[in-house]
Amino acid sequence: MAQARYAVFATRMALTIYKGKLKGAIKGHSLLKRKADALKIKFRKVLKDLMENKMALGGTMRDANFSLSTAKYSAGDFSESLKESVESASVRVRIQEENVAGVRLPVFKQQSEDIGSSMQLLGLGKGGQAIQKTRQSFLSALEVLVHLASLQTTFVAVDEALKVTNRRVNALEHVVKPKLENTVSYIVTELDEREREEFFRLKKIQEKKAKAIEAAEAQKNAESLVEAQLRLTGQFTNEASEEGASMSMGGDNDLLY
Amino acid sequence: MGSRFIGLQEGNLLAVIGDEDTVTGFLLTGVGHVDMLRKESLKSNFFIVNSKTPQSQVENAFRVFTQRDDIAILLINQHIANEIRGVLDEYYEMVQGRQNPLPTILEIPSKTHPYEMDKDSLMTRVQALMGPREL
Repeated sequence: MAQARYAVFATRMALTIYKGKLKGAIKGHSLLKRKADALKIKFRKVLKDLMENKMALGGTMRDANFSLSTAKYSAGDFSESLKESVESASVRVRIQEENVAGVRLPVFKQQSEDIGSSMQLLGLGKGGQAIQKTRQSFLSALEVLVHLASLQTTFVAVDEALKVTNRRVNALEHVVKPKLENTVSYIVTELDEREREEFFRLKKIQEKKAKAIEAAEAQKNAESLVEAQLRLTGQFTNEASEEGASMSMGGDNDLLY
Repeated sequence: MGSRFIGLQEGNLLAVIGDEDTVTGFLLTGVGHVDMLRKESLKSNFFIVNSKTPQSQVENAFRVFTQRDDIAILLINQHIANEIRGVLDEYYEMVQGRQNPLPTILEIPSKTHPYEMDKDSLMTRVQALMGPREL
């Protein structure tokens, strides 16, 4: 796996291109790492908040429920008329966005309008005060709950974003960067090899040329030497042939040629 | 990339699945909403569960509330959540990859059942992620 590289023709242009890509990958990797770190910090904070608030929830709900029991005692069972009186919600929740390290995180903001008229009537009847108190305690509980819901949604979103970012960091670190590095070193090796081949070929050619020149020179020298010798021996041969001719004609039978 | 979370212009609703007391208490605050124009059989955003309520109805209420696009927060008594734990966990699976996990589910204690973090589907994940670090 360490030898994986991109399939390219080893040219100088490819070298520049891939060097550029490698630089990009390195820069991207360090940027993503910083994003991941920022997310990790946010994540830990959200976790802590979430735990603390959830633990505190028990107490808040207990108070609210206690108020309710008191109200039921004073006002009787008002749940039926309450249910009947429901029309349009006066308490709603707006979703806002918080931006952390480039990630959009949802945050809930509670918003209230005026309580519907039919509900107001409840506060006026028997035990109305107790009912009002109950409403207040449940409203406080609601605030806590909306905050909790915010934390929960943020938690889920950060968790997901962190996972994705870490995946990208790892991909760059363990796959893309090594591949690019291998490609660059491959191209460099190929180019060097080619240069050496060129060099070697040139040298060989030069050698051959030099040899050819030498050989030609040697030829020339040899030829001129032979010519000179011939010229010299030619004189002797002429004299020798005259003598030889006379000798053979005279007939000295002792000489055997 | 536009915002994915906006939901309703005028603000999103909360929904409650709980016992009578819990629902009564929250209705007092004004979170209740009834829309007769909705096509679901459940026209309101609250559902009361008592000992006689069949589980299928509870599951149905849960499904209706989680599929609506105008509900941002779903409050549910934990002892009721325990009864439909399967459907709850299914919902969490489905919402896993999305970056728009509406509604978010809040498990709350009731008068009769105190809150137990070990049963809460979401908080068990929080605990798992926090656990090793606390040591």
